[in-house]
Amino acid sequence: MAEAAAGLARRVRRAGLRRRLAAALLVAPLLVFLLIGFAAPIAVLLARGVQDTEVPRVLPRVTAALAAWDGRGLPDDRAFAALVEDMREARAAGTLAQAATRLNYDLNGFRTLMFSTARRLPAPGDDARAALLAADPAWGERATWAALRRAAGPLTDFYLLAAVDLRRDADNRIVPAPPEQAIFRDVLARTFGISLAVTLICLVAGYPVAALLASLPARLAAALLAFVLLPFWTSLLVRTAAWVVLLQREGVVNAALLGLGLVEAPLQMIFTRFAVVLAMAHILLPFMILPLYAVMRAIPPGLTRAAASLGAPPWRVFLRVTWPLSLPGVAAGSLMVFIQALGYYITPALLGGASDQMISWFIAFYASRTVNWGMAAALSVLLLAATAALFTVYARLAGEARVRIA
Amino acid sequence: MKRLMLAAALAAAALGAPAAARDLTIVSWGGAYQDAQRAVYFQPFMQARGIRLLEETWDGGVGVLRAKMQSGANNWDVVQVEGEELLVGCEEGLFERIDWARVGGRDAYRPDAVHECGVGAIYYSFVLAYDRARIAGEGPRSWADFWDVQRFPGKRALRRGPKTNLEIALLADGVPANQVYATLRSPAGIDRAFAKLDQLRPHLVWWTAGAQPPQLLASGEVAMTSAYNGRISAANRNDGRNFAIVWTNSLYTIDSWVIMKGSPNLAHAYAFLAFAGQPERQAQLPPRIPYGVPALGAEALIPDAVKPDLPTSPANIATAIQLDDSFWLENIDRLTQRFNAWAAR
Repeated sequence: MAEAAAGLARRVRRAGLRRRLAAALLVAPLLVFLLIGFAAPIAVLLARGVQDTEVPRVLPRVTAALAAWDGRGLPDDRAFAALVEDMREARAAGTLAQAATRLNYDLNGFRTLMFSTARRLPAPGDDARAALLAADPAWGERATWAALRRAAGPLTDFYLLAAVDLRRDADNRIVPAPPEQAIFRDVLARTFGISLAVTLICLVAGYPVAALLASLPARLAAALLAFVLLPFWTSLLVRTAAWVVLLQREGVVNAALLGLGLVEAPLQMIFTRFAVVLAMAHILLPFMILPLYAVMRAIPPGLTRAAASLGAPPWRVFLRVTWPLSLPGVAAGSLMVFIQALGYYITPALLGGASDQMISWFIAFYASRTVNWGMAAALSVLLLAATAALFTVYARLAGEARVRIA
Repeated sequence: MKRLMLAAALAAAALGAPAAARDLTIVSWGGAYQDAQRAVYFQPFMQARGIRLLEETWDGGVGVLRAKMQSGANNWDVVQVEGEELLVGCEEGLFERIDWARVGGRDAYRPDAVHECGVGAIYYSFVLAYDRARIAGEGPRSWADFWDVQRFPGKRALRRGPKTNLEIALLADGVPANQVYATLRSPAGIDRAFAKLDQLRPHLVWWTAGAQPPQLLASGEVAMTSAYNGRISAANRNDGRNFAIVWTNSLYTIDSWVIMKGSPNLAHAYAFLAFAGQPERQAQLPPRIPYGVPALGAEALIPDAVKPDLPTSPANIATAIQLDDSFWLENIDRLTQRFNAWAAR
């Protein structure tokens, strides 16, 4: 009897295990896909922002020689000789450009310096120091060698510093980037500013719509919801292009304004911040309306009726009942809109001017046009970190608001 | 799209798919220019030689070529590049050295079209263009007028990037044509050019592809633009536009064909360059889009009606300055960085 019970228990356990295994197998493809297609590439890309491999790979001897340099005065003859030998090999292997490009990010003119020097390398056995100084006086400057040492890897803060308009000087101190090159703090502030404006506009425009939809009978609400969903299902590119047609100098809006005699000359609307914010708000509006609608629909209509029957005027019903109960929807909608807006690329690129581009434009510029992966990764890290920080603050605030309601 | 293809190529490489099986891929500048090239070079080449050929377009930038080579999945064979891209890429080993015997010999081309890594493709000019349908009466005559937003209200379009714009800014600021690069070689000259561009900043929009300037003019989005001369003429001819070209102080330069290093289609690439290098073939390009061609003997075969539109015609080249590729070789990275920072402010 006891034996039979134990057998049954074992069978039950085994069946449970099998079920869990089957469930795990069902989830496995998605997990593997997420890991390979999502987590791993992002991690690899972000790691590029702190890796520095070109110079130690292409110029290994001088990298090693400079490790012993105290950074004062010029490095010793060994470093000069090592550089000559490295350059000769790199030139023959065709890898010099990789190191030169990396060094040029740090010190303008380094690319040219490397190639002009490589053309005038001394014969083996000649005085390397004299030959390099004769090839270019830049080799007699501490800043040149300091840049070489800064690129020695394997890890670097060069790209991350550059992403916040900072750099290291010859003494390895962190200093501000020269003003004509400093842009990323402005761009980050602009990215957050545009996203905030878009979120506020979506909230102000979307709240009444969601409230109306929530107050209607289900069938009518579903019909009206189609007007929200239809643009939502339309391609982002199509909607952006539609705004181009509307806003351009001889577009629909200007033609209407001119026809009505409201303006005398066409207004400049396309290639402005106004166009970017307007189009982004339009494109992101459904992401505000849908969560708001879902939350508002769940507010029992009895509550507002009770408040009204107890003598509260409509504005007080709204302030004391509807608004507090809809706050989770406001929080969810705002967060969705804001975070999506942060990464916008196509809409500002097509509708904005050069000074309306957000941080994604610069990430794309470095990734696909100049192939500066380090810079693209560092800017991505900056965007991710800023978003995460903001999300944390926001989650705490929204959480407190909900606690207050309870 | 480009990234998608890069990803696909990477995936193919990772799976060990043979790369040599692809067709000869030729990359040019798109729009009306590539339409003309297709009619004159690409289609006849495929018919005459029975070699399949794929076309792609790009907007320039040596970084794109570096990315192709560094990814190890380069899928381009023959690319048309600008002057400083030719020099930078050649120095960095991105291109094959041209075996001139296989393309008809150095003596078959004008001397300035011969480079160790490139075969000259066209002579063209960056010109000031405007729409006569919108600027009635006396139009702009110089780059200085480009800055005159009182007389000629409306936006201006320039090519995104420092090259051509710094020259244009200095010309507009009164620097004589023969002093432009001497001025740009000093830090004060660079500052002066950016200061001049700053004056026009509220009125500027940027173009990247050569097909955009005629579109911007046609839609009335801008009153004036810098443009490739051939695109403006092509818009007049093909789309019935009435665009005007101001040749004064135009910026004259050469584009070249290069073969990407390690191309698996090397023989086909040379076959194409040899085919496209024949004078009687090249003479058919200017009637379709008025760019100069480098094969010796082609000039004589070009119809007289086309000649006044060519950047190489004596009247047009009289006040032109040639883009200084050696200046841009030295400075393109640094000035692009500064330009981007300036433009984004």
